[in-house]
Amino acid sequence: MPAGNARLRWRKFVSGFMLTMTGVCALVAVAVLFFILGYLVYHGGTSINWNFFTKLPAPVGETGGGMANAIVGSAKLLLLATVIGVPIGFLGAIYLAEFSTGPIAFVVRYAADLLNGVPSIVIGIFAYSLVVLPFKHFSTLAGGVALGVMMIPITLRSTEDFMRAVPNTLREGAMALGASKWKTIYTVIVPAAYRGILTAVLLAFARVAGETAPLLFTAFGNRYWSPGWNQPIESLPHMVYIYAISPYEDWQRQAWAAGLVLLGLILIINILARTILARGVSVPRS
Amino acid sequence: MAATTTTVHSAGPVTGSRSFLDRLRDGDELARLITFVFAAATVLITVLLVFELWTGSVLPRHKFGLDFFLTRVWDPNSGDFGALPFIYGTLVTAAVSLIIAVPLGIGAAIFLAELAPARVSDTLQFFIDLLAAVPSVIYGLLGVFIIVPMMREYIQPALNNTLGFIPLFTGPAYGIGFLTAGIVLAIMVIPYIISVSREVLLSVPRDQREAALALGSTRWESTWKVVVPFARTGIMGSIFLALARALGETMAVTMVIGNTPNISASLFSPGYSIAAVIADQFTEATGDLYLQSLIELGLVLFLLTFILNGLARILIVATSQRSGGGH
Repeated sequence: MPAGNARLRWRKFVSGFMLTMTGVCALVAVAVLFFILGYLVYHGGTSINWNFFTKLPAPVGETGGGMANAIVGSAKLLLLATVIGVPIGFLGAIYLAEFSTGPIAFVVRYAADLLNGVPSIVIGIFAYSLVVLPFKHFSTLAGGVALGVMMIPITLRSTEDFMRAVPNTLREGAMALGASKWKTIYTVIVPAAYRGILTAVLLAFARVAGETAPLLFTAFGNRYWSPGWNQPIESLPHMVYIYAISPYEDWQRQAWAAGLVLLGLILIINILARTILARGVSVPRS
Repeated sequence: MAATTTTVHSAGPVTGSRSFLDRLRDGDELARLITFVFAAATVLITVLLVFELWTGSVLPRHKFGLDFFLTRVWDPNSGDFGALPFIYGTLVTAAVSLIIAVPLGIGAAIFLAELAPARVSDTLQFFIDLLAAVPSVIYGLLGVFIIVPMMREYIQPALNNTLGFIPLFTGPAYGIGFLTAGIVLAIMVIPYIISVSREVLLSVPRDQREAALALGSTRWESTWKVVVPFARTGIMGSIFLALARALGETMAVTMVIGNTPNISASLFSPGYSIAAVIADQFTEATGDLYLQSLIELGLVLFLLTFILNGLARILIVATSQRSGGGH
């Protein structure tokens, strides 16, 4: 059957070719990560020095300066976001996993999934009308609220998943020893799920650490220190944005450096959360 | 009158409070109440978000009605606000990104789910997850300094020379524009397509593959004609998810699209997207009508992503349930 053989050879060739192509697709996709890292290290590595971490931005036209205010600003915004987002997400998740029944749980889950899918720029509009308009000026508080709102659904849904993954025998054991439901939760279930919960919180933190869009008209940006919580404040991702689109070469150089610091921080948190903490627990994807 | 109301009110809790306090003693009721308040806060915030977007965009809704979506003049000075150029820009860039990202993403997902040994697949998936964590402003940074010059110097002239007879690939090569924004978006959404599609493909029951192979099909035939069709609703779900991300993506797009309200057949021309115009003009919007028009754009974006995310979830859940039944 020469014709049949030729057909089989063709089918085998197609099979091999297409499967190779899928491998190429996977390689291309993964290569992008190393491409991004390589470029950031190449362009930004030389601009990272002591001044970058300790100095304020230089006035327009002068070279030098650093991003100390943006680094502190990002830290303050993220602290506020964590204080707002994690308790709501964590305690709400306890309700969902341990207390909830039927329709209420469905509504909460639905709201969280909806919130998770809202584009970050729209969260910015929300924080603007909620905080900036009543106070009549941009502030650290507004930026923190925007980022905090983004942290809620990520923390909530993954914490619930991790708490549900705790075997029921543990709950029953604690109950059989006479512990109340609440005692069971905080002495047995939360400790059993803590690695997963911490992973979820870290991933939520890393996710909002790089957000720029919700900060544009909430935290706004500031070339100086921002004392207190009630004034406009600078942040690293916002600095990357305005320096990248600026016409000054020195600023563009610093945009690369800020990008490298930002990405380094986010990747380190991600790697820590996914490898060390999450060993043995499967990380749900947001 | 006031005295009677007080007595009536205090009468209720006094009789009921003893048993309530009893229940409070072991902490269960209190814990339930506190955690419920925080769970309810999530719902409240979501409702408040929709409420703020709705009440914040009353003026343009009343003044322009549906014309808001159908007119192309965006002139803050004369008070004319038509969103068509932004809607056009959002749809075109999202379409370009999907045309690039869908084949690449599904191809990579097939490799990870069907071919690669578990260890290799997990390692690569780890990198894909990291890629999904890269902030959009970093993609914007690379877009501005790497992709824009590359488009201007090489890709756009080359496309113009070879495919210039199609109106899509005509016009001067600025580097920025719809095509560049679409390419940056494609790079950003590929990880989402890969992650979800891989998961869906992995959930296809083994016997489907084995049956196809036993009937004499090659590895590719069993993958492409049996496994992929089996998972196709879930894969569609991953595409909707990616589309929702692409529509709402702000920073990377605003940095490379050119920020010009423009409807043009050419993919090389600069444009604007809904998210980009909000990011770009919100702080300088003077006057209520201007600001509220931008908020209405936010509402449009919210509704688009709301519908797409909902569809995506339904499709993905439907596939995993079907696979569960197949075992």
